Amino acid sequence: MADRFDCRVAFSTTLEQLAEHDPRIVAVVNDSVGSTHLGAFFKRFPDRLVNVGIAEQNMVGIGAGLANGGKIPFVCGASCFLTGRALEQVKVDLAYSRANVKLCGMSSGLAYGELGPTHHSIEDLAWTRAIAGLTVVVPADPTETAQAVRAAAEMDGPIFLRLSRLPVPEVHPPGYQFRIGKAAILRPGNDIAIVANGTMVCRALEAAELLAKDGVSARVINMSTLQPLDSDAVLDAAQSTAAIVTVEEHSIRGGLGGAVAELTATACPVPMRILGIPTFAPTGSTEWLFEHFGLTAQAIHAAALEVLETKVRS
Amino acid sequence: MVHSARLGHPGGDLSAADILVSLYFGVLQVDPSQPRNPARDRFIMSKGHCSAALYTTLALKGFFPWEELATFMRPMSRLNGHPNRTTLPGVEANTGPLGHGFPIAVGAALAARMDHAPWRTFVLTGDGELQEGSNWEAIMAAAHYGLDNLVAIVDRNRIQQGAPTETIMRLEPLAEKFRAFGWAVREVDGHDCEALQAVFRSTPFEPGRPNCVIARTTKGKGVSFAENRAEWHHHAPTDAELAAALVELGEDSNG
Repeated sequence: MADRFDCRVAFSTTLEQLAEHDPRIVAVVNDSVGSTHLGAFFKRFPDRLVNVGIAEQNMVGIGAGLANGGKIPFVCGASCFLTGRALEQVKVDLAYSRANVKLCGMSSGLAYGELGPTHHSIEDLAWTRAIAGLTVVVPADPTETAQAVRAAAEMDGPIFLRLSRLPVPEVHPPGYQFRIGKAAILRPGNDIAIVANGTMVCRALEAAELLAKDGVSARVINMSTLQPLDSDAVLDAAQSTAAIVTVEEHSIRGGLGGAVAELTATACPVPMRILGIPTFAPTGSTEWLFEHFGLTAQAIHAAALEVLETKVRS
Repeated sequence: MVHSARLGHPGGDLSAADILVSLYFGVLQVDPSQPRNPARDRFIMSKGHCSAALYTTLALKGFFPWEELATFMRPMSRLNGHPNRTTLPGVEANTGPLGHGFPIAVGAALAARMDHAPWRTFVLTGDGELQEGSNWEAIMAAAHYGLDNLVAIVDRNRIQQGAPTETIMRLEPLAEKFRAFGWAVREVDGHDCEALQAVFRSTPFEPGRPNCVIARTTKGKGVSFAENRAEWHHHAPTDAELAAALVELGEDSNG
């Protein structure tokens, strides 16, 4: 198995590099210096990290105020609280106001495992994606995380970066260039398309290997930008393959699967499966929950074969 | 404006009007020809539902043409029911949901502090609005960071949408609450423009402490039949009420 990396390292290292060259870069945390990996940032730039304590609404509002004062704030907290507790601030203070704030949702999805549904963040993509003017990005590996942090700093406007602490392998080829709004085809194929993001991209690639053994050529698309969605990539996949499986570490309602289905249902309907999390999770580790909910290469493989059968019949 | 639109919050507009005029004509360092000048003072209208008062003040100051006030809440107007900074010059924050302006003001004051910049941040909140918990997160943070470049003004008209604040959810002793959180507090007649300006010019009241001005105001100020009446929170005046109010306010009906 390939080496796996905690993307928070790429996140915090990149943020420090940016802060070194741009005095406008600041960080805002909710007593989460450690879990956001910003200890070194704080040591180097003690006056540029605002710890608001355990107060997410205030944290997002302060981010908007810092942006009003000319700063580029990276507002970081556990994704479940950052989005859920402060959603109205995200909508009004950031998106509707077009505030230049970078929201970083840490430990998203099922990362908190046994801590349970209070700490799982499986609704964050649906919530943020429903908000107009908010860019939503879910990087898949350290390289893409670093590039997404840079792109966030460079763009003018609010963005939600959904990050994870689960170790993942590098899934992109050397020289990969992330662009906001541009999907990456990581493996060509014309029998079926697997559209994934974040921690599920490496599993999608493994599933494509399994499918290849069955003689099925699967296109694997990393849809790291959920909003704005790369419509061309989705429609090209629908037209070329006529069968789509989406997979995400998120609720099956309103996330990546929802975004793809909204588009294909009206522009190019094809048989489809949406893999994700249908309900509040029982107690279990993250890896156990991935097995439980079928967020594995084997389960993606099985779902792909099912869709292919539907495609043949239709 | 409210009469013409048949919508709005005239009670709170009138309780805040003298505070807004005091700030924009004699205190705030803002230049309508450079609404995004980085060195400007920031004024954040947390009680965004009193947009009519804010718009009138901004127009008077020259941020946009006075005639545009007639478009208040009309289709495609820049003068939405609640202010929008992305379309209207002079607006610093999109407010409307209560309890949003205070945290934004704390963030702006922090930005000035980081830059060692002299500009100040003012935020006007309603009193009923202080029932939103987010304000107290911000009040705590402002004191923790010693933001003496921040001035929070409470429009203490003592009436919220439905009834007196003290009946719905008690706020008193409000000044003592701010003091206990680490703020320096002044109480002032919120309709005495000279007194307001004197207080605003005397900040920081205490170095290292954020400044709170509790402005004692009258909801519906200047209109006898609206004063202190909760039903005027969002009641648009009839033709006859408008005419009577304008006489009391010393305006002609074209004003």
